[in-house]
Amino acid sequence: MSGVISVRPKDLPFDESVVGHLGCSGCGAFVAVRLALKILGDQTMLAIPACCVLATTCFYPQVPLKVPTLMTAFPATAATASGIAAGLRHLGKKKEITVVGLAGDGGTADIGIQALSGALDRGDQILYICYDNEAYMNTGVQRSGATPKGARTTTTPGGQRGMWESSPKKDLLSIVAAHGIPYAATSCISFPQDFMQKLAKAAQVEDGPSFIHVLAPCPPGWGYASEKTIELGKLAVEAGVFILREWENGEMKVTRKLRKRKPLAEYLKPQARFRHLTDEEIKAMEEEIARAWETIS
Amino acid sequence: MSPAQPLHQGRLIPHFPGGTVRQKTGSWRIFRPVLDVEKCNNCLLCWIFCPDGAIDREEKWVTIGLDFCKGCGICENECPTDAITMVKEGK
Amino acid sequence: MAEFKFINGNEAVAYGVKLARAGVVAAYPITPQTKIVEKLSELIADRELEAEFVKVESEHSAMAACLGAASVGARAFTASSSQGLAYMFEMLSYTAGSRFPVVMAIVNRAMAPPWNIWCDHQDSISCRDTGWIQYYVESAQEALDTVVQAFRVSEHPEVMTPAMVCLDAFVLSHTEEPVAIPSQDAVDAFLPPYNPPYRMDVENPMTFSAGAFPDSYMEFKYGQHLAFQVVPRVMREVEDDWERKVGRSYGGPLEAYRCEDAEVALVTVGTATGTARLVVDSLRESGRKAGLIKLRLFRPFPVEELRETARSLKAIGVLDRNLSFGFEGAVFSEVKAALYGLPARPLAAGFVAGLGGRDINVEQVEQMYDRLESASRTGLMEREVEFIGLKGVAV
Ligand SMILES: Cc1ncc(C[n+]2csc(CCOP(=O)(O)OP(=O)(O)O)c2C)c(N)n1
Ligand code: SF4
Ligand code: SF4
Ligand code: SF4
Repeated sequence: MSGVISVRPKDLPFDESVVGHLGCSGCGAFVAVRLALKILGDQTMLAIPACCVLATTCFYPQVPLKVPTLMTAFPATAATASGIAAGLRHLGKKKEITVVGLAGDGGTADIGIQALSGALDRGDQILYICYDNEAYMNTGVQRSGATPKGARTTTTPGGQRGMWESSPKKDLLSIVAAHGIPYAATSCISFPQDFMQKLAKAAQVEDGPSFIHVLAPCPPGWGYASEKTIELGKLAVEAGVFILREWENGEMKVTRKLRKRKPLAEYLKPQARFRHLTDEEIKAMEEEIARAWETIS
Repeated sequence: MSPAQPLHQGRLIPHFPGGTVRQKTGSWRIFRPVLDVEKCNNCLLCWIFCPDGAIDREEKWVTIGLDFCKGCGICENECPTDAITMVKEGK
Repeated sequence: MAEFKFINGNEAVAYGVKLARAGVVAAYPITPQTKIVEKLSELIADRELEAEFVKVESEHSAMAACLGAASVGARAFTASSSQGLAYMFEMLSYTAGSRFPVVMAIVNRAMAPPWNIWCDHQDSISCRDTGWIQYYVESAQEALDTVVQAFRVSEHPEVMTPAMVCLDAFVLSHTEEPVAIPSQDAVDAFLPPYNPPYRMDVENPMTFSAGAFPDSYMEFKYGQHLAFQVVPRVMREVEDDWERKVGRSYGGPLEAYRCEDAEVALVTVGTATGTARLVVDSLRESGRKAGLIKLRLFRPFPVEELRETARSLKAIGVLDRNLSFGFEGAVFSEVKAALYGLPARPLAAGFVAGLGGRDINVEQVEQMYDRLESASRTGLMEREVEFIGLKGVAV
């Protein structure tokens, strides 16, 4: 992919590449996939592992993706993409085609992290997109390494032992950046300009892997009404929970600084997965967020 | 089916033409978005945010295609001019 | 003109891959397969093989990368053993179910624990039902020849199924023998560039390895089954062509050695065949009607060929270098199942031997033939399953 890509809505292509998927009403992941394909265009090949996007696009006769797509095993996204890239390179076709691995947070932060690390370490020219709905949604909302502390999932159900998710969200971007790759960033579907700009940059990297981690709220998994998908993504960023950052030229920077953080409760309250949290707990979480911002800025 | 049948014909290999869509997912909808073109300023935010690619762009405003709209209400929620209202299906 | 090189089985495999002009090699080291990966890296580094080498971080990724490479139309190869193959297991059915003709060499090694790096067929036999063609070879020469042939069989439009070429650890992988390296011209005339009937293509976007509901899943599996059914025929055609162009043949899915008028025969897999050949020769010298059936193809199982050869036998034995716990050697089960459809069947005995690299020697094989002959005399097989060479344990 080459040339300057405009991310102004008016300049985006009309073509739709994933109409008719079976994702839930209000699915944030599909906002990410749709916009990504608008930026990446038709000279793109996808490798998708077991995840919501696979399960909702791969069952014949409902295969809506309009770019060549290879469905693969849950842990194998990055390696499959590497193989596609190697095959294209051998056949002399790699230059024109963007090879994309597209996986959920579980397929990236947990079971697929080894293959991802391998591909990043080898410097394979692939673009890896992790859409993050903060749990294993496809199998019914079990916790993943990207599930935030305090969240209820079906494997962190609270109960008498108060067994909510007890560990903080894995810092995927830092893990990825530690491989010293050319470009990596976090984004959120609620900031489409930011997301598409970063994607365009990632797609233009010509000397190695690039990585985009995009927050994509999920109505049934987080427990909120479907119309609030974009609103909640915005709140996650504006309350300082999910930080928009970019790793480029060996430097990490925050791309969306916050003059004032929105109250955390505004973000948490509409979501059933946080409903059990007490005001004190929310306050403690807010303090953790403040500390996190202090260390990065 | 005979063993001599070339495998790329027939349906014995699990690879299918992309963009094959038989089911109109609009049938899932409970609420239908209704657009007031008078209020639409064509900012395209709804078009950007629709998870189902159900919204089309026109010269002066957008149109909502009901074949694949699941009625999530994101467009209504995000529209800065309140040009979209969700109406219960059947009403 | 062929050139002779004094090389081991691993190197022979690497030369086969080079001659087949594989486009992508993705592999991870494990004893005793490592030399294949090293040799291929060298050949690629020196531009003797124009291929991409993907330095994967695991066997799971090795097969995933082969899947990806094959999906865009590149000829892909990998190699593994034992624990590595087990680690790859998930991707085996992915590649097979997606119908991509990847070829993989397996250097057969025992499964731990107890930790053991020596020859044993447990690793590949355990992958029997993953949808891969399985060949077993007896010599380094056969390893080279079979690797090249495997690509052509697998890429046949009616087959489009991946294949494992299995060779015994150390006895074959690390033992040098003179190997004729066919000329590149001869191999090019034999194996055309890979041109699959379907591939990932931006001009014709498709969804590969799609999902299937219960209303169609079974048909896809049946499709794989049909592909396996044409393999013995395709294999024979391919071998005939190899013989025309290169001048060697191994007799198709199985080799019947001195079986014409045989009353008893032993089925062998891999290098144990060599020992059994010696035994058969000496038995024949003393006028005993003994034959040998070398199984080259384990999946698909060559039922017709086996029936043809075994129908006139009085007793058949199977030497298994693997064990299906709680039952018997896996090849023995298969042989019996294949012969069950005959109106009259030979008596059958299973011998489990040589696990974890234990030597299978002439005396042991003679003992097996003795048992078969005595059964053929008395019309009674005393013990159906026997462990040969087991030490100090009551059985
Ligand atoms: C090896 C393996 N283990 C488990 C599964 C079951 N599985 C399929 S999808 C999935 C969760 C996917 O979670 P994530 O990657 O976060 O994507 P999401 O479903 O949230 O979109 C699991 C556990 C599997 N397919 N393969
Ligand atoms: S569960 Fe969540 S991520 Fe999965 S399809 Fe539904 S909304 Fe999308
Ligand atoms: S968001 Fe509202 S104003 Fe903007 S294009 Fe859509 S309907 Fe029109
Ligand atoms: S209701 Fe949801 S699916 Fe329907 S047009 Fe609006 S955003 Fe798209």
